[in-house]
Amino acid sequence: MNMQKDLVWMPSWEQIKEDFPIFRNLGSGYTYLDSAATSQKPLSVINAISDFYLYHNSNVHRGIYRLSEEATEMYDRSRENVSRFIGSSDPRQIVFVRNATEALNLLSYTLGRELVRGDEILITIMEHHSNIVPWQFLQDRGIKLVYADIKPDGTLDLDDLQSKISPRTRIVSVTHVSNVLGTVNPVSEIGKIAHDNGSKFIVDGAQSVPHMPVDVEALGCDFMAFSGHKMLGPTGIGVLYGRKELLESMHPFMGGGEMISEVYMDHSTWADVPEKFEAGTPDIAGAIGLSAAVDYLRSIGMDNVMKHGRDLIRLTLEIEEEENIPGLVSYGPRDTEIRGPVYSFSIGDIPPFAINQALTDDGIGVGASIHPHDVASSLDASGIAVRSGHHCAMPLTHRLNTVATTRASYYIYNTEEDVRKLFSSLKRTAEVYSR
Amino acid sequence: MTDEEEKTEILMDHYRSPHNYGRIEGPTAQLLEYNPVCGDAVQMFVKLKGNIVEDVKFIGRGCSISQGSASMVTDLAKGKSVDEIMGITPQFLLDLIGLPLGPSREKCALLPLNTLQKCLSKLNRENVNR
Repeated sequence: MNMQKDLVWMPSWEQIKEDFPIFRNLGSGYTYLDSAATSQKPLSVINAISDFYLYHNSNVHRGIYRLSEEATEMYDRSRENVSRFIGSSDPRQIVFVRNATEALNLLSYTLGRELVRGDEILITIMEHHSNIVPWQFLQDRGIKLVYADIKPDGTLDLDDLQSKISPRTRIVSVTHVSNVLGTVNPVSEIGKIAHDNGSKFIVDGAQSVPHMPVDVEALGCDFMAFSGHKMLGPTGIGVLYGRKELLESMHPFMGGGEMISEVYMDHSTWADVPEKFEAGTPDIAGAIGLSAAVDYLRSIGMDNVMKHGRDLIRLTLEIEEEENIPGLVSYGPRDTEIRGPVYSFSIGDIPPFAINQALTDDGIGVGASIHPHDVASSLDASGIAVRSGHHCAMPLTHRLNTVATTRASYYIYNTEEDVRKLFSSLKRTAEVYSR
Repeated sequence: MTDEEEKTEILMDHYRSPHNYGRIEGPTAQLLEYNPVCGDAVQMFVKLKGNIVEDVKFIGRGCSISQGSASMVTDLAKGKSVDEIMGITPQFLLDLIGLPLGPSREKCALLPLNTLQKCLSKLNRENVNR
């Protein structure tokens, strides 16, 4: 018996990078640090999609012929695979949507119908716009949006959240991992607070499902939203997980084919879940691609994926301290146990315009900082892709007293070498701008 | 030094030591504009003598491209007639900057020109109305 098998298996991250053809195609010097926006795709995912179109393409559910049954089976197997991956005990709890944004809009539309004037929705200041704007749509019906604050270390202020939950709080919707701070929120604990209050609990898993083991039933959430394209899958496919009895009691989202049982001239009846929420021909190839992505992640092991992310962010914070680039401020918790592989930073203050004006009036020149756009352009010139701006989290960006930050985010194909390259380029950029 | 390096250096000089930075007391017109995507801001102050821009200053906050461009635009505008400034095309300014910018950063580069032209056209409309 091979005792090695009992040891913790660790993949070779350098070899993993070779599974992603884009890096070969872009040249070895290219450093992609924008996986929080979208991930690259392994060959197995690309092949699964092209295999579907080359050998199995037909529409699902309706056909009696063999090819359609084949496509239907592949689509259903994809659903089962995704369901297992996130610890859902029943594949009917998996609704295929376009992305996490659509999943949250679905919830705002359907759950929103049940709310009345004066009801409250509790979210946090660190939400992505996709977990803010859909709820704002309900405000014109007198439904109140309440925000829990963060602490100075970039973690969620649980006391503030607790104090803002009220008898009128019908929904608590929280991101699992912040796409700006990297903060991993204690969602089980928040779920308990929500459920003790009789509120429904939604988790935005867009930045967690790709990067760590997630078990929706152990977490105790009622709903979870996530996107396929951030977890090695194709764009255009995402998932809403919902507890079956809740999905069954909810009104449909979009109307059309596939989602009905029977249609009469004056009314219709709905298909069972999850089809009730999947109007029109779904993204069949996307679901199959997502399933291939799940297989790939499973082959590495989500514990290993999480560990790799933590190793990279730990190295990032270490090098940050060693290099001590003048004016560099980064955001988010320093404790890598509660930190996803996201690194947002500023170099110098980028004050809001009003403060800028006041400084000008006092004769103080404002130019000691390097704007995130300049940082991103400068890094791009060295073949490093990072994002700059508000990262679809304007309320959080303002809460951090800035207008924009630069963000590097890692995934399984990134290596320690990438982190070192980031900092050597940042150092050069800082030198050029300080001249 | 390559042409691109030279152009970068010129823009960076404008960014580090902007020309015409500050306010004009009692301006003929002023306008503050934002680029909502990145929060870049430029406020233009114009002093006209007849139809001629006697003085123009700006304050702003943003990246090297938006602020460097603002400095270049104010240099360009000073002493010109309103009609001449309204006739400056985006391409003319991009050629003057002379760097390959890409669509998102072109917006940064054009913010100051757009702000100045909007500021002047607002003034023109007000004059017509008077």
